[in-house]
Amino acid sequence: MNLKSGLLALAVSTALLSPLALADKAPIVGLITKTNTNPFFVKMREGAQQRADETGVELRTFSGRFDGDNESQVQAIENLIAAGAKGILIAPSDPVAVVPAIDRARAAGLLVIALDTPLSPADAADATFATDNYKAGVLIGQWAAQTLGDQAADARIAMLNLNSSMITVDVARNQGFMEGFGIDVNDPNRIGDEKDPRIAGQDVTSGAEEGGRRAMENLLQRDPSINVVYTINEPAAAGAYEALRAVGREKEVLIVSVDGGCPGVENVRDSVIGATSMQFPLQMASMGVDAVLEFAKTGQKPQASEGLDFVNTGVELITDQPQEGLDSKNSAEGLELCWG
Amino acid sequence: MSESQILSTQQPADHERIADAASGAVAEFNLPQATLAEKAHRFFHSNPTAAPSIVLLLAIGAFTLIVGDRFLQPFNMSLILQQVTIIGILGIAQTLIILTAGIDLSVGAIMVLTSVVMGRMAVEVGLPPSAALGLGLLTGALCGFINGQLVTRFKLPPFIVTLGTWNIFFALNLWYSKSETIRAQAIDNAAPLLHWTGRTLEFFGAKLTYGSLLMLALFFIIWYALNWTAWGKHVYATGDDPAAARLAGIRTDRVLLSVYVVAGVICAIGAWALIGRIGSVSPQAGMTANLDSITAVVIGGCSLFGGRGAIFGTLIGALIVGVFRNGLALAGVDVLWQEFTIGLLIIVAVGMDQWIRKV
Repeated sequence: MNLKSGLLALAVSTALLSPLALADKAPIVGLITKTNTNPFFVKMREGAQQRADETGVELRTFSGRFDGDNESQVQAIENLIAAGAKGILIAPSDPVAVVPAIDRARAAGLLVIALDTPLSPADAADATFATDNYKAGVLIGQWAAQTLGDQAADARIAMLNLNSSMITVDVARNQGFMEGFGIDVNDPNRIGDEKDPRIAGQDVTSGAEEGGRRAMENLLQRDPSINVVYTINEPAAAGAYEALRAVGREKEVLIVSVDGGCPGVENVRDSVIGATSMQFPLQMASMGVDAVLEFAKTGQKPQASEGLDFVNTGVELITDQPQEGLDSKNSAEGLELCWG
Repeated sequence: MSESQILSTQQPADHERIADAASGAVAEFNLPQATLAEKAHRFFHSNPTAAPSIVLLLAIGAFTLIVGDRFLQPFNMSLILQQVTIIGILGIAQTLIILTAGIDLSVGAIMVLTSVVMGRMAVEVGLPPSAALGLGLLTGALCGFINGQLVTRFKLPPFIVTLGTWNIFFALNLWYSKSETIRAQAIDNAAPLLHWTGRTLEFFGAKLTYGSLLMLALFFIIWYALNWTAWGKHVYATGDDPAAARLAGIRTDRVLLSVYVVAGVICAIGAWALIGRIGSVSPQAGMTANLDSITAVVIGGCSLFGGRGAIFGTLIGALIVGVFRNGLALAGVDVLWQEFTIGLLIIVAVGMDQWIRKV
């Protein structure tokens, strides 16, 4: 069979198959994650798949090859428009650069929901389903301040952030922590413009163990008296703990974090991390599938949570040292809810 | 006796005496005019580690002035050594490949894959830690063997081969680890041997990890092998001019294959050091290790065109990067300027290499 007849056969078979596909009418929902390696997105996909199976939706999943891979996400959006999808759930790698492709999808009549990371501008999507990262930060900040009690007034705080690009998640968690701890955040859209002398220093970790350890080591060199460590996520917290253990200070320092991954919650149980704010990727994805289904049936778009410009998919404080006035779950309960 | 008298009175037998008298002056003719630059060029050409060593010493001096005594403390110095351990070990593997005029983009992926093999074999499968470690080393050797076979048997360029295997090894790592992290506490319980590289020896306030000592030992072993064994000479010869090496009777394919296998094993040793350092086994670790290892090799003065470079240059290259990162962090400089400085160092190092290579 030469190429031409091959193409012809392909065209014929597609033509034969497509009426069947149309007759089936299972609405197609696309899920586009930043990567398929991060357990957070692995769990997100699981949640979407589970919900899709329950509701009889056809789920098509795509992902970038690395965090920041915009091209792959744009291709995925184009493929989904071409496939006649009803809606797209996307965790945007580049919240600004992906917007033109999102506009095309919405112009083609698709419902677009941003998961986890809001687009920029946020209203470029029909809705955003995300963790309230600012609140996640506030919760661990309040917990740290209350746990220290009177000592909070002269705490020495290390801030272990993500990277130097100041993306929204990084900024929201960092600034939320400071507000919760009782630090004047100055401009809430900027990391590092605070004047509070209790901040011993800030460094970046790439959200990984190695970066967490190096950042903690260097900050301890600048100020050996650090006794509170904020970390962008739990791998960075685990790395920071190794650095503290190497100098024998792991018992005297409070580490707080955000995520709610299972290794992180186990670290709460083992007193590596004092408290962590858990997010719910499974929830994000299954709520997203429901929203697209609703839109396909009724044309109704999801409404933002009260007082926010996005749908809050929940955040929960996990700690084994609960503080008065702060709702929290212990690590045993957390282990039943954790992801990854 | 003037020159004209010599000329007028000379006999045929005298010509040698005259030539002797004259030759000394001719041979010395250029020397007094050798400029400082030429002298420096000659010096750096014959001492490939001299330039990076000078940069390292200058950097240490500069940061001592900027940051103060904190920087020069034995503890901080040992900290820098700890921070460069993983990149240093991968840099050894990278140097070997680069000496053969190749490049290995898969070193980081081999390291992560083998660390996951070690961790899962010990913690999930429940093998004795030494067996898990051995399997990890074997996996590293196998990865190197695959790279080497593709380069030698199928004659594919190393850049393309390792670009491909980088993706393949990384995908295997995600599949085998199920993207799950094994926590430090689980490893402590099941396989403390895997944490041995993170244990410390303390003297004079410095804290050296066994991982760092392992790195230094590896540098000495590979230095010895490169300089004092036939294998080492063959590696240099193959990298410098494979055709000439083949004519001289060196089985260059076999040399290349051995280099890739050794590099794979060294990456697996890097995985052991990685587990010791970060405590846990994370399939997401070492994302930037490929390029960081090449950075260390290049800053260390090893030529990307093969056949020139000293193994200790790589150690110094890794230390320069470590000193800059640590020093700038202690000085409170924003992270993006750390990246900027490292980029500058790479350009300067390659520029130096081009200049030095002109004989």
